[in-house]
Amino acid sequence: MTYQLTIFLDNRPGRLNVLTGALSGGGINIRAMAIQDREEFGLVKLMVDRPDDALLLLKQNGFACALKPVLAVYLADKVGGLHELTKILSDASLNIQDAYGMAAQSVFCIESKQLEQIEDVLEEKGFKILSGPEAYGM
Amino acid sequence: MNVCYQNKDLECVNRSSLDSIQTAGLQFSVAQALKTKFYAARLKGHVSSPEDIRSLNDLKRIPFTTKDDLRESYTDGILATEFKHVVRLHTSSGTTGVPTVIYHTQKDLNNWTELMERSLIASGATCEDIFQNMMTYGMFTGGLGFHYGAEKLGILVIPTGSGNTKRQLQLMKDFKTTLVHATPSYMFHMASTMNEHGFSMKDFNLKKAYIGGEPHSENTRKKIEELFGIEAYNSFGLSEMNGPGVAFECVYKTGLHVWEDSYILEVIDPQSGELVKDGEIGEIVFTTLRREATPILRYRTRDLASVIPGVCPCGRTHRRLSRIAGRTDDMLIINGANVFPSQIEQILMKVPEVGTNYMILVSKDGALDKLTVQVEIHSKTFHGDMSELGVLKHKIKDELKASIMINPSVELHEPGSLPQFEMKAKRVVDSRIKI
Repeated sequence: MTYQLTIFLDNRPGRLNVLTGALSGGGINIRAMAIQDREEFGLVKLMVDRPDDALLLLKQNGFACALKPVLAVYLADKVGGLHELTKILSDASLNIQDAYGMAAQSVFCIESKQLEQIEDVLEEKGFKILSGPEAYGM
Repeated sequence: MNVCYQNKDLECVNRSSLDSIQTAGLQFSVAQALKTKFYAARLKGHVSSPEDIRSLNDLKRIPFTTKDDLRESYTDGILATEFKHVVRLHTSSGTTGVPTVIYHTQKDLNNWTELMERSLIASGATCEDIFQNMMTYGMFTGGLGFHYGAEKLGILVIPTGSGNTKRQLQLMKDFKTTLVHATPSYMFHMASTMNEHGFSMKDFNLKKAYIGGEPHSENTRKKIEELFGIEAYNSFGLSEMNGPGVAFECVYKTGLHVWEDSYILEVIDPQSGELVKDGEIGEIVFTTLRREATPILRYRTRDLASVIPGVCPCGRTHRRLSRIAGRTDDMLIINGANVFPSQIEQILMKVPEVGTNYMILVSKDGALDKLTVQVEIHSKTFHGDMSELGVLKHKIKDELKASIMINPSVELHEPGSLPQFEMKAKRVVDSRIKI
């Protein structure tokens, strides 16, 4: 299982800076990121190289944060690559709560309450699901 | 439970007889008031003689009296008797500059003493008790008020006054003091310094404490009771109405019986001035019914409390007042509705997912007022789930709506991001007020 770090941040100038400062000070490398915005606050979702260390570090710095399981899936780097995946999930009536792509390669990170089912159905169709270390090390 | 009365017939009188007592008292007070410079002017066009008061319904014809009225009447604006008949005066501390003054004839002092004796009896004190009065004597009404009431009951009074903890403890031990009168802070101070002064709880014979002089919560009472292994009674009074002995708890400790043969109690909506229902919080308004020298009619105390509905098991018919819930000065009026920060705090303290730090913001949104409640997410209960946060927001919103009847906007913030207060917290920011 791959774990994503989710951090609760006030939506005001300087907060992201404090977060990235803490991570950089702790020698944590960010591999992918997404922000879910809700007016006065946002949830920052990070894929980092050492999730457990990062969680501890941020907690020590007073952040409200948590590790959440996600599914990191290899996509074919071609037209329709993502559509292929969404069609399978749609046919199986499985829901993606939130998702984001990792830039370097065509990796898609899925957050859902139905992670295991999604994993099964995608693997069955030949998608490569990354292990934690694979995702963190990309 | 052993219930004792000073005057059972009067304390358990039926309400219609109490109405007659109050009506006669109000006629007396109006007669006295009309002799004063302040009320002679104030009552003009409302009430011209005691005969205008035919029933308690006529109370409404009398305008309210405010603290400012008392200040402006300093020194002799509200004095209904000749100076030679006055035997004592108490002035307020005058924290805002101008003090207020209350005069007493000998009869006034006797009545006050009688009410104080009644209060002590209601709480179960007897002439066998030994009472150490740790409240300040002098201008502060708490010290002298209790002193005279306790002596009248035949209690042995040790008039230590406040301070000198070592001596207080020594006297408590030497004379086996059973009752004390102190502020809640002083009770805690005694408990925490007892050991360093060479005493321990087993040295004392304490049974009851009367705690007052500072607003305190039910939890504070319980804590004092547990610390000392005693019963603690909430003493309520205000200098404008004599001091202590206006309302007191009986042994059931379910609210303060207001001595309604001596005072008329009204609980009003601070905005409209109309009476609120029993159980609803409003501003306490008192009228003196027996005072000769300084009658005060419909005095707005700015203290907020409610009348406790129902009958007290002690059998007294004099209505019970809740603990003071706050001051009208703290009240917010939002789109016409009265909201007290304490109501919001109560709700927030019941939500485990948020911390104890919060802010209340009131602003203008077009023509309407907008209430925003900011709370901090609790690190321990954060699971990284957006839908959980949404549910939390709605839960807080719904509970606040149910309590204050206003739809607030709820904001979630990072732990430690809202202002922290070491001393007196200022959690309300009202940006509607033009500075």
